[in-house]
Amino acid sequence: MSYTIEGRTGTWEIVVGLEVHAQVISHSKLFSGASASYGGEPNTHVSLVDAGFPGMLPVLNRECVAQAIRTGLGLRARINLESRFDRKNYFYADLPTGYQISQFTHPIVGEGTVEIELSDGTVRHIGITRLHLEQDAGKSIHDQDPTRSLIDLNRAGVALMEIVSEPDIRTPEEAGAYLRKLRQILRYLGTCDGNMEEGSMRADVNVSVRKAGEAFRTRCEIKNVNSIRYVMHAIETEAARQVEVWEDGGTVDQETRLFDPARNETRSLRSKEDAHDYRYFPDPDLLPLVVEQDWVDELEKALPELPDDKRARFQKEYGIPRYDAGVLVAEQAIADYYETVARGRDARLAANWVTGDLFAALNRTGRTIQDSPISAQALGGMLDLVSDGTINGKIAKEVFEDMLETGDSAADIVERKGLKQVTDTGAIDAAVADVLARNADKVEEYRGGKDRLFGFFVGQVMKAMAGKANPAIVNEALKKVL
Amino acid sequence: MSLDPATVRRIARLARIGIDESDLQSLQGELNGILGWVEQLNEVNVDGVAPMVGTGHAALRIRDDVVTDGDCREAVLSNAPDVVGPFYTVPKVVE
Repeated sequence: MSYTIEGRTGTWEIVVGLEVHAQVISHSKLFSGASASYGGEPNTHVSLVDAGFPGMLPVLNRECVAQAIRTGLGLRARINLESRFDRKNYFYADLPTGYQISQFTHPIVGEGTVEIELSDGTVRHIGITRLHLEQDAGKSIHDQDPTRSLIDLNRAGVALMEIVSEPDIRTPEEAGAYLRKLRQILRYLGTCDGNMEEGSMRADVNVSVRKAGEAFRTRCEIKNVNSIRYVMHAIETEAARQVEVWEDGGTVDQETRLFDPARNETRSLRSKEDAHDYRYFPDPDLLPLVVEQDWVDELEKALPELPDDKRARFQKEYGIPRYDAGVLVAEQAIADYYETVARGRDARLAANWVTGDLFAALNRTGRTIQDSPISAQALGGMLDLVSDGTINGKIAKEVFEDMLETGDSAADIVERKGLKQVTDTGAIDAAVADVLARNADKVEEYRGGKDRLFGFFVGQVMKAMAGKANPAIVNEALKKVL
Repeated sequence: MSLDPATVRRIARLARIGIDESDLQSLQGELNGILGWVEQLNEVNVDGVAPMVGTGHAALRIRDDVVTDGDCREAVLSNAPDVVGPFYTVPKVVE
């Protein structure tokens, strides 16, 4: 789906690239043995290395390297067996050393690609430029004291992966789809929890605009946008601003901006003079990081099945449509749940129940799949009763609601409420005869050509039998008599 | 390579070092002296020689992902000139 801005001077398209900071899941920090866990009393998850005390030396955490490699493999990217750490120099109160250890010239992961799918079914590939490891900064608290900012270094030194995309994104929707897909991959891999609200995944958004066929124009970077919805809004807002600047005869300056969702505007953040003058140089405390191909292979072998592969397998193995398969692999826990229900059963029916009634019930009760009130085994047990003809589809809905409320098994509920499907043709024939006798006028109309009334008769018979009749037999019996 | 006074001023600013205008000229001379000394390295032909990152053959030290440090707030805050509760403080920095 294309997205353009109609200006006074013609049509503009947008060009977007994203830099995502994803916090690595690990026990300890990237270069120190302090805890990397969230929360904790202020300044307790801090070592003297993190606090930038003189003479302290960084020692690299092997697991953080493994997590970066796993993520690189998940992004189908090149793993660089040799990479380096550099110092990115800037002054800020929550950066005690005065530099962030990052990877500038030699990142651990090179080019890769992410496949996204849009609402109209279009599939696009967004290029990954690189992924590198770096340190997070601490936190400044500005609202506790009138004249001072308070500093908490618990986050300082926690490992981040910065994942940089190519400027391949052309619409706000694509940006949203890319972030959702990236988050899904990270969660599958277990390398980042992808929680944007808590800040463990943040996006910097690079936006420029151009007329069709032009080279790229100057871009602006919108820093630290913390939800997918805001990323999409920020792109729209910033692109509209730039079109106005160009059309008023001005030029867009390359600068860092901030998105204010309350006012739906972007504002210039730093004075241009010092922007991006980080004076990178190789960190003299750290030798190049060399990893063995054997280790990369070992990590690759242990990777979980990734979302794209899982979806393809679901389509093939369970014969369900691409869209349904996509919904079912959205989260690993949902996919696992579905597979437990579907295995050895009618897989399409299972997909309908999971994406339909179960999702609706979870929504209604505010639960997630992990604490679903109906286990996968229990739902499977109910589907067994449908498949072997014990209950029909309509009664199944009633049984499902009861399971939701009582937590009883489907078999117990059917027994307790006497919901077993009636397949006795004698009883059904009797009900059919009764319904036809009571609706002689409608029978005339039907025979006069009003075919639509057939559904009415089915409904009446089902009603007379409290919904428990086998619908196929009812249809059969009605056809015979009518 | 030679630095002009404006560049010297800018380097000082990026390093957050305040300098007097009167010191500018002597600093410019000193910095240019250092740069000139280092630039002698350019006289050596290193075509086809891989960049050297150290003199030893040591590999990067690497550790297991275990929490072995932290929980030393008093030590962390011990050098801070101004402490409020569990935080160290700086003059207010707000955009």
